[in-house]
Amino acid sequence: MNTIVETDGLGRDFKVRDGVRRRTVVAVERLSLRIEPGEAVGYIGANGAGKSTTIKMLTGILVPTRGTVTTCGLRPVADRRRLAREVGVVFGQRTQLWWDLPVRDSLRLLASIHSLGPAAERTRTDELVDRLELGEFLGTPVRQLSLGQRMRAEVAAALLHSPRLVILDEPTIGLDVLSKQRLREFLVAERRTHGTTLLLTTHDMGDVERLCDRILLVDRGSLVYDGTLAGLSRTVGAERVLVVDLATPTPDLVDVPDTRHLGSEGDGLRQRLAFDPDATTAARVLAALAGRTEIVDLAIEEPDVEEIVRRVYASRR
Amino acid sequence: MGDLAGLTAPYRAVLGSRIRAQRSYRTSFLLDLSSSVLVGLVELAEVWVVFHAVTELGGLDLAAVVLVFGLADLAFSLADLAFGHCDTLPTYLRAGTLDVFYLRPQPLLLQLVTSDISLRRLARAAVGAVALGVGLAVNDVPWSVGSVALVVLSLVSGVATFAAMFVWAAGAQFYLVDGAEATNAFVYGGRYAATQPASVWGRPLVVVFGFFFPMAFTAYLPVVTLLGLPGPDWMPGWLGWCAPLAALWAWALALLTWRAGVRHYQGGGG
Repeated sequence: MNTIVETDGLGRDFKVRDGVRRRTVVAVERLSLRIEPGEAVGYIGANGAGKSTTIKMLTGILVPTRGTVTTCGLRPVADRRRLAREVGVVFGQRTQLWWDLPVRDSLRLLASIHSLGPAAERTRTDELVDRLELGEFLGTPVRQLSLGQRMRAEVAAALLHSPRLVILDEPTIGLDVLSKQRLREFLVAERRTHGTTLLLTTHDMGDVERLCDRILLVDRGSLVYDGTLAGLSRTVGAERVLVVDLATPTPDLVDVPDTRHLGSEGDGLRQRLAFDPDATTAARVLAALAGRTEIVDLAIEEPDVEEIVRRVYASRR
Repeated sequence: MGDLAGLTAPYRAVLGSRIRAQRSYRTSFLLDLSSSVLVGLVELAEVWVVFHAVTELGGLDLAAVVLVFGLADLAFSLADLAFGHCDTLPTYLRAGTLDVFYLRPQPLLLQLVTSDISLRRLARAAVGAVALGVGLAVNDVPWSVGSVALVVLSLVSGVATFAAMFVWAAGAQFYLVDGAEATNAFVYGGRYAATQPASVWGRPLVVVFGFFFPMAFTAYLPVVTLLGLPGPDWMPGWLGWCAPLAALWAWALALLTWRAGVRHYQGGGG
């Protein structure tokens, strides 16, 4: 199969009026990248790094200022309508459902918009309803859905026409842990069964870890990292922090293997240990602790994408 | 035919769901309908009030003006029914809904036009239709194949011209942030101008609504030709037959503006 996304020197400027003066803001500098079929790519960067602009250029919403872009073998702007059949986009912040219609009706309309035949519509709708667990609120108007339910319906809407490329812009923003988990599991399964290519922007480290096998990091409209998360963590350090609440005041746990003691509170009732997930696992650290002390409660803090991004940015400046 | 059905299926599906949604709120739908009728009647009453003070307006008597009103109002209401939804573009732009249209395999303009329909506008069309019927009955129309053709041609062209105004206004919204007020002056101002005899317009109005936005061609000029009235100096008698040309011009203007607007939105070499 052909490359799904290929850009060469892709860039986009915006002219903004700043009072009376007009100036040019470079949203995307020069982006050259390839995404192959079946990849799952996390596209990360600070706000304003040019992520949304890139997505809009990949889908034909915006015309690039310079460079070339091919999506699913098509020119996004010139072949927009053909491309629409190959790409599904989930915008975390805007809806493609009809707010006053039940979810079921929205899906039916989208099936019609994408000219799905009756058989294909039924099979695909059933599959999505089942996997995204939409059954319980299929008959509920979209405006009455909880955020988690709505996001699942949005994903179903974007994937109904079985696109080869699925772009998700902040898909888990605002979702509770369980909803995030469900959505990620669905996306993993969708990719496994249909070979769908995923491209997602996110601020959530969990999304990146559980969904993506490749990361693209942009800074000021330029690509500054392209590789695995492990590789990125190695360059900037993506330690996790295990926070344990202990039953009795305990001396600082400084010698647990593969961890670094970050600090203690309340005479050692709460202690913070940093560990590198490549070197060990939370379970192993816990097992090591369990022999020495009684753990009442625990939490694991992950560095968020912002933190990693900040470290990368800092190392570049 | 099968192909046409397939091509129009997406639009019919969306419009069908919008219609069902409106009908499901019966009371508010009925209220909408009756308030629309009321607005239409008030506008018709305006004409009548003017004729309390004068017996003739721009060379037309009350009967002829009712005919102008009916023709223009029916054409506008029908265009409003089908294309009035273009007015929502600024909302769509702000909410980012337009980006969603880009992700669907239909032309943007058709998606915009068919994204909703306000059935209450049927009530306005009914007022216009009644006014047109009354106008045709009370005037001394020299009925012939030609005059029937003129009325039908004018009505169809008038609908097309007003529809083009909505599309033009939508195209202009891409440039004018919150510019709906500015374009409304031409769309709804145009509708108002169209229901009046163009002979009373000042020179600037003649330029704007006579030719640039060809409002005079939607009702006034055809009526003058139909009734064989002496028109204004600048008007040859056959001009009333030129409504289709005016509609073509309006659509050319509308589609150019729309295309430029879309290019502007995408920021490409427009």
